[in-house]
Amino acid sequence: MKFFKTVSLALVGSALAIGGAAAQGKTVKIATEGAYAPWNFTGAGGKLDGFEIDLANDLCARMKVKCEIVAQDWDGIIPALNAKKYDAIMAGMSITEERKKTIDFSAAYANGPNGFLVAKSSPLAKMPGTGQAFNLTNQQADAEKAIEATKALLKGKTVGVQGSTIHANFADKYLKGTAEIREYKTTEAHDLDLAAGRIDAVLADATSIMGTLEKPEFKDYALVGPSITGGMLGAGVGVGLRKQDQDLKKAFNEAIDAAIKDGTVKKLSMKWFKVDISPKS
Amino acid sequence: MDFEFMQDTFLRLLSGVPLTLNLAFTSVAFGAVFAMLLALMRMSGVKVLDWFARAYVFVFRGSPLLVQIFLIYYGLGQFRPTLQEWGLWTFFREPYWCAILALTLNTAAYASEIIRGGLQSVPHQQVEAARACGMSGFLLFRRIVFPIAVRQALPAYGSELILMVKATSLASIITMMEVTGIAAKLISQTFRAVEVFVVAGVIYLILNFTITRIIMAIEWWLSPHLRRPPAVKPALEAVHV
Repeated sequence: MKFFKTVSLALVGSALAIGGAAAQGKTVKIATEGAYAPWNFTGAGGKLDGFEIDLANDLCARMKVKCEIVAQDWDGIIPALNAKKYDAIMAGMSITEERKKTIDFSAAYANGPNGFLVAKSSPLAKMPGTGQAFNLTNQQADAEKAIEATKALLKGKTVGVQGSTIHANFADKYLKGTAEIREYKTTEAHDLDLAAGRIDAVLADATSIMGTLEKPEFKDYALVGPSITGGMLGAGVGVGLRKQDQDLKKAFNEAIDAAIKDGTVKKLSMKWFKVDISPKS
Repeated sequence: MDFEFMQDTFLRLLSGVPLTLNLAFTSVAFGAVFAMLLALMRMSGVKVLDWFARAYVFVFRGSPLLVQIFLIYYGLGQFRPTLQEWGLWTFFREPYWCAILALTLNTAAYASEIIRGGLQSVPHQQVEAARACGMSGFLLFRRIVFPIAVRQALPAYGSELILMVKATSLASIITMMEVTGIAAKLISQTFRAVEVFVVAGVIYLILNFTITRIIMAIEWWLSPHLRRPPAVKPALEAVHV
């Protein structure tokens, strides 16, 4: 019995010590997916890398806090935030009304377009609206006309999306019944299936598609279709936070604002995406 | 706990039950045939067949089903030109058939060991007695060895069935919308992981409860010798007549 007492006392003691240290250093734990290149991905050697990793480090320096970045599956990324497994999400997550019911968001730190990834040899490569952009919030009629035009081509095809994303919701609302929708855990999985020819197109964030197109095995593929944003597709990408953490939200907002103003976001965006997707006010 | 939400979730998850059962029973049906073959190979006494069966069981029982599903679906997907040449691509193109193949290969490995155990547990005396009665070859197998082996193997095979029903949940990673796939989708829409998974768990429990009852009924039916013989009412009236 004495042995157990000693061991349990030692355990409690060390737990208290660890808890105390964390409170002192003020570590902010940030979750990312680690499978959404070039936003965030797991590089060689298992190290997390990407636009959001660079940006997170920059924001943390501005907020003068120590940050720890952890990888978390996309599926459970919001429930685990509310279960306090970490304090913030930076994982290419678009700010949508639906998500706002459960969590809060900082101001947007990026605002990227969307599109379809298809094989150049496929009839889908001639999709109308390529290069055009429509906003569902303030150009709803035009945007829906553009969607109708793409639907004519997508009839009977199979479209891959990542589950739990704005693209999956968009496909559910606009493409269901026209095309067969398949949901994947990661964007890497639907890219593999597109290359294997199991699906005809991938609907995703254009920046993520650009990342895919850089791989040599995707040299015969192209980004097509109109870029639809706004509405259910969200108002840019922001940091996901718990609703009660208003101080952290304020700190992130100030840091993001400063990083946009001094050109850091633009610089990182050019580095990782080769295009500027920093939000324009 | 929001019971109205859970009720709604229950109804939505029920739509995945047919696919879950379809995957489980189709693969168990194919797997049982394959397992029987493997068990007979193991016991054939022919070295090549014996070692093939041993290697097969080692590989498929020793590696995770998740890895097998990934390899069959995404791995073979990269050899599309070769598979097309062989005319196999129409099969491997469909996530459903890839899931069936992975589950079948997996259950065959486990079930072959269960069947082998059953066959080897047939008491030698029974076989000798049958031979003394003039039975041999297929007749001996059909009338004596097989029924006893099935009776012995059934409890273990019942567990394998339950494991298979649960294993179908892994098919959701290759876009199959069975119960777990739908649950994941509902969680992504509502972010209420606890409620949805509780309901999904209940559905699996109901399915497996039904399966255990059916297995128990079959066990009872196959073991008349273990039951007390039905009490025969003494025919007293007959005496008086």
